[in-house]
Amino acid sequence: MWKVRFILLVTVACLGQPVRAQTTNELRWGGDAEGGSPFVEADPRDPSRVVGFEVEVAGLLAEGLGRTARFLQVGFTSLDAAAARGDFEVGLSGIEDSPARRSRLAVTIPYYQFREVLTVRDVDAAKFRTLDDLRGRRIATLGATLAYDLLVDAQAKLGIVPVVYEDDVHPYSDLILGRVDAVLLDYVLAERGVRRTPGLTNQSTEVAVGYYVGITAPGNTELRDRMNDILLGAMRDGRLEAIFRRWNMWNEDQPRLYARLTSGGQVEQTAAAPAPPVSGWEAAVRYLPALVRAAVVTLVLSCLSMALAVAVGVLIATGRVYGPRPVRVLLTAWVELIRGTPLLLQLFVLYFGLAVVVQLPAFVAALIGLGLNYAAYESEIYRGALEAVSIGQLDAARTLGLGERQTLVFVRGPQAFRLALPPMTNDFVALLKDSSLVSVITVVELTKETSIFAANIGSWLLPGAMCAAMYLALSLPLARFARRLERTWKR
Amino acid sequence: MTVLGVSDLGIMRGSRAVVRDASFAVSRGESVMVMGASGSGKTSVLRAIAGLEPLAAGRVVVDGVVIEPGGVPTGSLRRELYRRVGMVFQFHHLFDHLTALHNVSLAPMHVLHRSRKEAEQTAMALLERLGVAARANALPRELSGGEAQRVAIARALAMGPQLLLMDEPTASLDPARRGDLAAILRQLTDEGCALLIASHDEEFVRGCAHRVLTMAEGRISEGSPR
Repeated sequence: MWKVRFILLVTVACLGQPVRAQTTNELRWGGDAEGGSPFVEADPRDPSRVVGFEVEVAGLLAEGLGRTARFLQVGFTSLDAAAARGDFEVGLSGIEDSPARRSRLAVTIPYYQFREVLTVRDVDAAKFRTLDDLRGRRIATLGATLAYDLLVDAQAKLGIVPVVYEDDVHPYSDLILGRVDAVLLDYVLAERGVRRTPGLTNQSTEVAVGYYVGITAPGNTELRDRMNDILLGAMRDGRLEAIFRRWNMWNEDQPRLYARLTSGGQVEQTAAAPAPPVSGWEAAVRYLPALVRAAVVTLVLSCLSMALAVAVGVLIATGRVYGPRPVRVLLTAWVELIRGTPLLLQLFVLYFGLAVVVQLPAFVAALIGLGLNYAAYESEIYRGALEAVSIGQLDAARTLGLGERQTLVFVRGPQAFRLALPPMTNDFVALLKDSSLVSVITVVELTKETSIFAANIGSWLLPGAMCAAMYLALSLPLARFARRLERTWKR
Repeated sequence: MTVLGVSDLGIMRGSRAVVRDASFAVSRGESVMVMGASGSGKTSVLRAIAGLEPLAAGRVVVDGVVIEPGGVPTGSLRRELYRRVGMVFQFHHLFDHLTALHNVSLAPMHVLHRSRKEAEQTAMALLERLGVAARANALPRELSGGEAQRVAIARALAMGPQLLLMDEPTASLDPARRGDLAAILRQLTDEGCALLIASHDEEFVRGCAHRVLTMAEGRISEGSPR
């Protein structure tokens, strides 16, 4: 998913360049419309427009600056990096205040206070009230959020297993299915989740308090200060209250927050949020164990998926070369179906779509999804390789009395395998990288861990370099091994 | 004693008859050469006897095993056939991924169910007899044309055939090697093996054929082409 978002970000950034020079009376603000209501979402009546409380806050800021607001779509996890690059002037998308964020971006004063709450199944409402009650259990959340930091903290202390999702719909549907025992997210998302999914309860005990803020490029403090003044004005004259009332988000926390801010007070930082690392190296050292663990997940998942892909691929290829016509037609259709649809979609269907029938653990779903997807490609390689073995070799086997199966096992198969090895190596390296897609079904592998790392430190430079080095460390020895095997066979 | 009997053999390629009404026999210890220009149907006759090409008409009998029109032999008929007939192809078709020794021992192990040790001992003895024992561990692509042919002969002989079919055996040999081959073939016939060889190399044919058949436009007749 982050890949898609990254491409989107780059596209937006490229498209944004000329616009920036021409239109100075626009306030370009970045947000993620995938975040949905009440934050930012495409207007159901006119999908070319966006609606949500963030849209109205942006309008309020633009009005105060004497400009018109212009929305730029940026993936949630890329908002910090895009703000730092100056792709937009202000980012508003339920962005949480954190020490790390303050250390690397110019952050506005908070304009909304939220509580992190636990959501549990109705039957567990009496049993699971606090994080302490959930020792050793699986708790869902979104990556790169305050809730995630809280869970990572609780992982060390209480043995809680954080399960990271990329959207805020599936944590709640998986909670109902029993894949997780609770969801920890901010109150706004939790309210929405409970409304959408019957059978769930939001616990009243607050786990932590957080704030939504606007973000701007680190050097843009002048604009940030002007926006702070506008926000303070809107807190005093009730315009912010009107916005949050319209979106049913107004509660008793906000007047207290506004009173504190308008009287010159500050908000205290949330205790659970980790302090920003002092240097890149410190960050690298802090995240290295997690990255290594994630790299092991990537490697194990890739090796098992490839083994499955090879086994199933051999069966499909054999069926397509030797099978009777109905089998050949069926297998061809299967291969075309798998090759013709995105892996991402297949993973969604396997994990979320089939959940009502069979609840596969995330790792198993990832293994099956990747394995079956690659099996379709492998089968085409093997079929081509089997058909490339010369008819003379088969005639020779036949005149020696070898049966069809013996010919396949002792002559055609081994020769085809030698032909298939280079494209297979290629596919394994591709699979190693495609395994990053499984993060959409909550498996935290190398790329996902890297994106969490990057979101937390607000830069892709060091995490990207470390991640690339690990992928290379995994794929280069493999390529070398395959080359040596090829050489041995060629002699 | 007749090892191979061919009567009224017809072979079609699509709607075209490539062999028509071919009848001949080969006896134990006899070396019979089929001569004829390229495309005259020599190879098709050999392939039909080897069970690689279906018969359109007539019948082929190899030491009591009968091949009749229909598909190529399958099942037990096929197994019986290949205990009696061996074939050496023009381009040898040695198994590319196996050494010379394993090319020869593969079928005895998996078709005749010999132990690996026994199959490899027999294979080694055959390679020795054909003068290529030193190349036992070489892969086919490391062999010269003459060596590859001798390995291919050893591979066919390893199944103990009564009839050996050879397609253009001199095509890849220089004159000296041709003499060696003739000597090997004479030795085989002396041991009672029947040979049916397709060739258009007149000198070679004169040197080692007991009898010559001529093919032209799909028809076969006794005697050298004149």
